[in-house]
Amino acid sequence: MPNLSRETFLNIIISLGLLVFPFIATAMDEPFYITLATRVAILSLAAVGLNLALGTGGLVSFGHAAFFGIGGYAMGILASHAQTYTPIFTWPFVIEGTNQMLIIWLVAIVMSGIAALFIGLLSLRTSGVYFIMITLAFAQMIYYFMISWPTYGGEDGLSIYVRNQFPGVNTLDPSSFFYICLALMFAGLGLSAMIKNSRFGAALQAARQNEERLAATGIRPFNIKLTAFVISGMITGLAGALMADLNRFVSPTMLSWHMSGEIMVLVILGGVGRLYGPVVGALIFIIFEFIFGGMTEFWQFYLGLVLLGVVLFARGGAIGLLAGKARHD
Amino acid sequence: MSTTLLFEQLLNGLQYGVTLFLMAAGLTLVFGVMGLINLAHGSLYMIGAFACAAVAAATGSFWLGLVASIVAAGFAGVLIEMFVIRRLYDRDHLDQVLATFALILILSEGCRMVFGSFPLYLDAPGFLAGPVTLFGGFQYSAYRLAIILVGGLVALGLYLLITKTRLGIRIRAGEADREMIAALGVNIATLYTIVFAIGAALAGFAGAMMGAIQSVQVGMGEPVLILAFVVIVIGGIGSIKGALIGSILVGVVDTLGRVTLPGFFNLFMDTAAANSVGAALSSMSIYVLMAVILIFKPEGLVSNNA
Repeated sequence: MPNLSRETFLNIIISLGLLVFPFIATAMDEPFYITLATRVAILSLAAVGLNLALGTGGLVSFGHAAFFGIGGYAMGILASHAQTYTPIFTWPFVIEGTNQMLIIWLVAIVMSGIAALFIGLLSLRTSGVYFIMITLAFAQMIYYFMISWPTYGGEDGLSIYVRNQFPGVNTLDPSSFFYICLALMFAGLGLSAMIKNSRFGAALQAARQNEERLAATGIRPFNIKLTAFVISGMITGLAGALMADLNRFVSPTMLSWHMSGEIMVLVILGGVGRLYGPVVGALIFIIFEFIFGGMTEFWQFYLGLVLLGVVLFARGGAIGLLAGKARHD
Repeated sequence: MSTTLLFEQLLNGLQYGVTLFLMAAGLTLVFGVMGLINLAHGSLYMIGAFACAAVAAATGSFWLGLVASIVAAGFAGVLIEMFVIRRLYDRDHLDQVLATFALILILSEGCRMVFGSFPLYLDAPGFLAGPVTLFGGFQYSAYRLAIILVGGLVALGLYLLITKTRLGIRIRAGEADREMIAALGVNIATLYTIVFAIGAALAGFAGAMMGAIQSVQVGMGEPVLILAFVVIVIGGIGSIKGALIGSILVGVVDTLGRVTLPGFFNLFMDTAAANSVGAALSSMSIYVLMAVILIFKPEGLVSNNA
């Protein structure tokens, strides 16, 4: 299986490259590159979440910005309350804000999981184009809700002054925060590899390939797909909390449908259903944005051209190009 | 709340619904006949608005602008269909979403390159600029009333086109069985291009008409596009009748929700809280409507096979 090993080789190179990247950036005296690499790690994690639903489960969700944004707002709301020492709720019980990343992550994961459960329950009743449009519409619903709800900044969004804390780590140091994000990205990749190779993953892939057959073996495709959708939303929600922490800012832009499209583009640029597809996609995206965004304000025009080219002529994405066709599994 | 205000908002909702219908009709036609989901439909709306604003500014005639919007959007539709969309019919929906998302980036940024980031302004023609007096001394914007009438006429025209003409028969046949009408000697490729161009021209026309109410700017088509998606999900994908019902429903619910919900919450909250809760919930109202309809009729109000 030469192709498989080539893909594994590529994955190892990318992982090592990311691991040593802060040293390279420091040696080059370009600390800003570390921030770029942090964005790569976070966007990868968001796309890993989507890839689980889209690549493994065949659920073309065009509303993952909802989870990304909910994660972001979980961070924004908790941290802003911690910063002003005001409780979020006083009734029926008191909930205080916090600046501890671990709690924020947990809240982000739980909240985006709940949102994914509700959206999934409704939208998984349908399939195909309906599913695409309904996930899009629900994400828009949350987007417009946050825009018109003035308590947490409305259209202007919400800023926090200091990055949140992680026990034993100085999160203000860019490299440290990068390694936190990278560790979570690897955890996300590990989880998605584990899921794919588990019984549940087999059932999920079967749900993508042939629902009737799966049902005939006594497994309800709906439950499988809903579970995958919720896990997928949780992972993307965690990425949203990290992204908000990186920018120390959250706004409805994180919930907009352009964000959903962008996360989807990451998955496709890298290669649908590939383990490292999201990482490669995020790398290409950030490098592209960095190079072309510096040259012209119309860089998205060229991104559109590249994307169109990839969809029309280079199916399989960048990994497909570099490591050959995916195994038919 | 006064009856006059309510009636005025009802007409606004109707006007919004009619505009949505022009968008949704093209989307649902393209999906019904070709099985294609087209995100770039909002860009055609934008192209229509820009063409109208540019031509109206150059010639001073809104009517020439309106013609230009139809021609420009229709022509853009033909080009897009021939160079991109045509390759997507046999692909899965994911590829269609991505390719048309790429088209949005290209068309939006292309438009920004040509016209810049500042919005253009388009004035309604002089004799429609003021209000008209309807029965009982009730005054309403003449231009919005004209949109309702024109939209209604277009809907009627589309209905006649689909049900009474040879082209309409072919379109319906294409929806039902693509191979069979190809075997009967109908040129499928041309038929698809025509259908796509009709949808594009309708979207461009809607953009031009709305351009005189809103400002003409890059990205103006996207909110309308998403509402049009909601419309066709509610109405049933592929059904023109469903698109009409869905558009009016969405237009009216959206507009009335914005007006009535803050007042409703004011009954048991103070004004500031009622306004913010009302605004937040009214922005969600049509999505709630969609969710409710999906729970009871997952295939939409008007089934595709009807």
